[in-house]
Amino acid sequence: MAFVALGGNAPAKAQTPTKTGRVALYLLLPGLFYLGLFFLTPLFSLILTSLKAPSPSGEIGRYEVAAEFGNYLYAVGQYLPQIIRSFGFALLATIIALAISYPIAYFIAVKARNKPLLKGLLLTLVIAPFFISMLLRTFAWKQIFSNDSWVVNTLKDIGIFGSDSYIIGTNFAVIFGLVYNFIPFMTLPIFSSLDRLDLRLVEAGGDLYANPFTTFRKITFPLSLPGVISGTLLTFIPISGDYVVASRDFLGGPDTAMIGNVVEANFLRIQDYPTASALSVLLMAAIVVLVSIYVRRSGTEDLL
Amino acid sequence: MATDFVARGQDLELVEVRKEFPGFVAVESLDLKIPAGEFFALLGPSGCGKTTTLRMIAGLETPTSGKVLIGGKDVTDQKPHERPVNTVFQNYALFPHMTVLENVAFGLRQRKVDDPLPKATAALEMVELNHLASRRPQQLSGGQQQRVALARALVNRPALLLLDEPLGALDLKLRRQMQLELKDIQSEVGLTFLHVTHDQEEAMDMADTVAVMNHGRIEQMGAPEKLYDRPKTAFVAKFLGQSNLFVGEVTDKSSETISINFRGNKITAPNSRIEKSSGKVAIGVRPEKTEFHESKPAASSTQNVLGPGKITDIRFTGVSNQYQIEIPEIGEITVFAQNVGRSPVVELGAEVWVSWKVEHSFGLADLPTGEEDIE
Ligand SMILES: Nc1ncnc2c1ncn2[C@@H]1O[C@H](COP(=O)(O)OP(=O)(O)OP(=O)(O)O)[C@@H](O)[C@H]1O
Ligand SMILES: [Mg+2]
Repeated sequence: MAFVALGGNAPAKAQTPTKTGRVALYLLLPGLFYLGLFFLTPLFSLILTSLKAPSPSGEIGRYEVAAEFGNYLYAVGQYLPQIIRSFGFALLATIIALAISYPIAYFIAVKARNKPLLKGLLLTLVIAPFFISMLLRTFAWKQIFSNDSWVVNTLKDIGIFGSDSYIIGTNFAVIFGLVYNFIPFMTLPIFSSLDRLDLRLVEAGGDLYANPFTTFRKITFPLSLPGVISGTLLTFIPISGDYVVASRDFLGGPDTAMIGNVVEANFLRIQDYPTASALSVLLMAAIVVLVSIYVRRSGTEDLL
Repeated sequence: MATDFVARGQDLELVEVRKEFPGFVAVESLDLKIPAGEFFALLGPSGCGKTTTLRMIAGLETPTSGKVLIGGKDVTDQKPHERPVNTVFQNYALFPHMTVLENVAFGLRQRKVDDPLPKATAALEMVELNHLASRRPQQLSGGQQQRVALARALVNRPALLLLDEPLGALDLKLRRQMQLELKDIQSEVGLTFLHVTHDQEEAMDMADTVAVMNHGRIEQMGAPEKLYDRPKTAFVAKFLGQSNLFVGEVTDKSSETISINFRGNKITAPNSRIEKSSGKVAIGVRPEKTEFHESKPAASSTQNVLGPGKITDIRFTGVSNQYQIEIPEIGEITVFAQNVGRSPVVELGAEVWVSWKVEHSFGLADLPTGEEDIE
């Protein structure tokens, strides 16, 4: 009886779409206002700054409004290696994070599905790093990898490292730090996709002669693709712009600078605001282009 | 590793198969043999272990003990994809990210059968869905999804096909049509079918052998007519069709018949149709084997007579009418009378006697517990 009553009510509500449509629009207004104020305004200001020219007075850090598109050419010419490195690191770190995260997410979502205690514990472990500031954690790794840490000393003792070898400041250290910091952003979306996976479909795959590997390739993985795509986006995008891990204050060195570090240096040290802004705009544009190609190629717009 | 497309039906044997879930026995020591090419129906109330049995045969569940043999080969330790078995799942389990056609072609592709798509298309044609081949499963109605699931399993021509209530979501007409279709395919190719259903008419209609399952055990197994004519337990008597059951101490025994005393009335059954001949015995009769009369029929040794009682309910069910007759001291008796225009009385409250031929009585091995009526 209760079901009948509930069922009867539902369509009645849906019968007034125009009214709901207008209400939805009103509800959207604060969001649109927020977006306009806090996203479009800074973006506009950034683009404006990227086109500024040095002030005629020659004073450092003083610029005036202009249409100096040469700033972009200068930024690319000057910092091409860092731009390429940023996307290279981001790609590599994303792939490594995916390789590590997928099995973890699979284990928690599928193998531990009927063990709530284990599942809860493992999920807590995945998000545990968030309880400590990312800066502190990265700094901790700096200590662990520092030149006379036990890690480096042990590697030297057992002969893997020469006496003048080091970890901090190498590409390895930076990529390691990036992977470490962004793994939860990869694991959680994949977990949530796999958590919703209907295991009866996996059984049906086996029933239809597919071995476990084929079943994974043809059923489990395609059905977890939405999670894989959000996970890779949530790691790739912030990693491309990251300026902490690769900075010399943390795990980076002179040859590991990424766009984020260059932007930081231009803004805060050299006070070359137009170049820093031009780099930021370029980074943003490149990410938008790459991501839209990626999403289109993976052919899962309808899954997202 | 190309495999022959047309397989032969193989026989299935379950040897003392048992399945325990933590704190719960779903299947109790099941022994079953289905000859190759047979249409076998498994019938039973919800939760009695039908799906669990099928899952153990398909390899999706490991038996706690016992063995599963297909074609004489022990497959108990084989993985699902290694077994020559396909399942039409109770919940369909269609792949949501593939089109209907790709769903049907899936098994063929895995076995590297030639021309998977034409064969899948032909299978869809059989279930009258080829016009929806390019849709996704979630764009189909429940009955259409069920037919896709049927096509997806049938197209593989497995040695053993497990059907878990494969027609439950279809309307009567489509259901009949699919039943014929299934029966055709089964006999044409000689496949072995193990068909789980709630619908006793479907089971009786299609199957060579019917097994009635209850609480994880098979209560009785045999040809449909035999099962209906001579149920051996109260559960089967009540689950498969309807029965009037009478329980009493055995009072007379002859070389031909036994009689019980049921609340002062003598009820007789032939010795050839009883399971038990001493102590308390339950004797039953099917409602369509009983008749009612407006005057007391003459007592005879070939007829059981009860009454008089009052008609308390009349239900017109189409070809036959169902009467409830309440007899003081005895209880309710159900009588079916063919609706051929010569039924004696049809008035509520009329006084009638009920009779049936002794040869139509059957004796049960157990006594009704009352629990059977719930189903
Ligand atoms: N994984 C499981 N863990 C625990 N108990 C289970 C599990 N699977 C099934 N059962 C129990 O085993 C019993 C038999 O279940 P099964 O699915 O075989 O019933 P069924 O005969 O197919 O019923 P239905 O006709 O409703 O489909 C049920 O009581 C069910 O609750
Ligand atoms: Mg079931």
